[in-house]
Amino acid sequence: MTVLETERLAVSSRRRGTAPRRRGRSKVGYYFVAGYALLLTAFGIFPTLYSFYLALTNDRGQFTGFNQFVKVAQDFRFVPAFAHMLLYLVMWLVLLVVLVVLVALVLRTRVRPGTSALFRFLYYIPGALAGVASVLVWLFMLDPDVSPVSWLLESMGMHSFAAVLAPGNLPLILVLIAFWTGAGGWMVVMYGALNNIPDEVLEAARMDGAGPWRTAWHIQIPMIRQWIVYMAIMAFATGTQLFVEPQLLQTASLGRVSPTWSPNQLAYVYAFQQGDFNGAAAISVFLLVLGLVAAGLLVARSNLFKLDEK
Amino acid sequence: MRSSGSPRAGRRRTVLRTAAAALSLATTAVLAGCASADSSTDTSSSQSAFKPATQKDGSQITVWADSTRLPSVKAYQKAHPDVKMKVVTYDGGADGSSYLQSKVQLFDRTGSGWPDVVFGSPTDVTWASEPTKPGAKAFAAPLDDKLVPQSTLDGFAKGSLTPCQFNDHTYCLRNDIAQVVLWYNKPLMDKWGYKAPTTWEQYEALGKRVAKEHPGYLVGSIGDTNSHESYFWSGQCPAFNLVKPDTLRSDLKDDKCVRMAKMLDNLVSAKAVTTKGFFSQGFAKDSGDKVLMAYGPSWYGQYVFKTAFKTPAKQMAVGAPLAWKGESTPATGNVGGGVWMVSSHSANLKASTDLTTWLATSDENQTSAPTYPAYTEAAQAWLANPANSDYFANDVSKPFQQAADQVWTGWSNTKFSDATAWSSVVLPALTAGKTLESALPTWQREISNQAKADGYQVVNE
Repeated sequence: MTVLETERLAVSSRRRGTAPRRRGRSKVGYYFVAGYALLLTAFGIFPTLYSFYLALTNDRGQFTGFNQFVKVAQDFRFVPAFAHMLLYLVMWLVLLVVLVVLVALVLRTRVRPGTSALFRFLYYIPGALAGVASVLVWLFMLDPDVSPVSWLLESMGMHSFAAVLAPGNLPLILVLIAFWTGAGGWMVVMYGALNNIPDEVLEAARMDGAGPWRTAWHIQIPMIRQWIVYMAIMAFATGTQLFVEPQLLQTASLGRVSPTWSPNQLAYVYAFQQGDFNGAAAISVFLLVLGLVAAGLLVARSNLFKLDEK
Repeated sequence: MRSSGSPRAGRRRTVLRTAAAALSLATTAVLAGCASADSSTDTSSSQSAFKPATQKDGSQITVWADSTRLPSVKAYQKAHPDVKMKVVTYDGGADGSSYLQSKVQLFDRTGSGWPDVVFGSPTDVTWASEPTKPGAKAFAAPLDDKLVPQSTLDGFAKGSLTPCQFNDHTYCLRNDIAQVVLWYNKPLMDKWGYKAPTTWEQYEALGKRVAKEHPGYLVGSIGDTNSHESYFWSGQCPAFNLVKPDTLRSDLKDDKCVRMAKMLDNLVSAKAVTTKGFFSQGFAKDSGDKVLMAYGPSWYGQYVFKTAFKTPAKQMAVGAPLAWKGESTPATGNVGGGVWMVSSHSANLKASTDLTTWLATSDENQTSAPTYPAYTEAAQAWLANPANSDYFANDVSKPFQQAADQVWTGWSNTKFSDATAWSSVVLPALTAGKTLESALPTWQREISNQAKADGYQVVNE
């Protein structure tokens, strides 16, 4: 299987290497990226640098070294907020990777094309709802008084909205919301990735006697591994930025959900309630480092950028 | 600071262990030598004399009000067409929203954009009376400083301006008070031969009787985000007691807290008091007509019984606040009650102050106000208005006026909302079936932690 893969890589890179490079290093390319680069600098790089500056100083502009980081880490809400987020991330990433790949495989290989297209469309619909709207839908789903599936909630012993929103249920609820809105889009992407696998490869596997499971496990999944890693990185990044969902649940539950459930909410409270922008910046730097380390590990372990470097 | 450490570490890189030691030393030096990460708690500028912004006569003033008070502002605009006003509606600090605070934080950073007059919650005054950052001016103008005459300030109900007072100045005018009173369904009580309680002991005994004789009927709820203000504030429980401006006393082991918790636990286990909130989804529909008694603020009449539960007129009656048997000091709680603040950045303090005074104290506005006025004279006019009293089954003037002067001042407004710990720690515990008494230590810990995070010294005894 690895032989097959490298061959394919070699072919594609040769194809890439030859044609476009000869066409000359036109400046047009730079113009195309200029707009993005400008916006990235203004709304991505500059704010990041500014938050580093804030995190290393206090509100009088004095250099504080790592004191801001120590201060926020000692806050009584810091550890619970990060624990909530990590628990949520683990549940969400595992569920996402397993179910999205499984569904994409089933749709690609076991379902007729027409039906498959219909299902992909259905799965994708919730993703078209903006984050806030999807939370509102779930507020109705989770309230036994108005929910269409209230019998299910009642059978699980949850007779009121307050009981549904018990602190222990929150990570699961947020994973449900995130999966419902986010997974459909990734299923479409994964399906596209599976489509990219040449039919000859799959046919060769079939001739060698590989059944659908063996084909999936030994051929299809390894060949879309980079897509899976890419999905994991993106999902990790959005997961660490969890804010809208718990914030809305906090309001809708009339305060039964902690206003500092996730690190992003804690940073928000630091900035806008305690007026401590420096502490808020320190929390966001923690999140940045966490995201970079996770992405770095995944990229290094999976050779995500290998294709482009050649 | 860092340069003194790193070259040393660099020179001895070959000896790994020494380098590590040097590095840790250097880190210590960096940490020790650096400025503190704590936000400055510089209150000197607020204590020095108030310097108004450059005044421009007749300039436009911007007013932020919640939708409930919007008609009042509009009425002023109609009566004073010469005053140029821009009126903006916002949530007014309802349910612990920090919209005003986050906006002012940002205005303080950009140096412009402040509204001239705002309606807010008493919690808002805690931060508005102090600069949000070094060099900034406290958002709220000290109204007693040549803006509002002392005689006007003296006309407010006893203790009702306490949430406005910091550093010996008054930073707001109280719009309304939400003194806690006893609510009961008079026709039902008469029919069943019950007498309205006057002490907590009678309340508990009656609750147990109701549970036995008329199961399903309720004498109260502790499931709302403000229920603790109805019960524990009234019970004089020292949960949020600022003994000094920077020192919070939160002692839930105090007998006054424990006996209230025990009494409520008894009533909850008898099913006479519910842990579902009056405001929770579905309560009005399922149990709205099962509320025989309630202990809550003066606006319950209008907003809970009339609007939410749709209880017909001439049923709900009001009784004076309850006291413990043998204790003579009457006290009650307070649930909300808005304030009007004038911005210290306003370029037209004259118009701003005039509007604020009119809104808070004039009979013209307050007679038909939706909530009970804090200004005593206006409150009398409010009570005299049949529209405000016709709904009730008895004469509410006496219990309302009595309760207005009995609000316990030992429950302070802090920089953090007193509802957060109650809602996010105590209420989920109650939903999970735990007792109130067993939740007191966790509640106290959460309050103390929040207070420390907001820079208070905390005393737990």
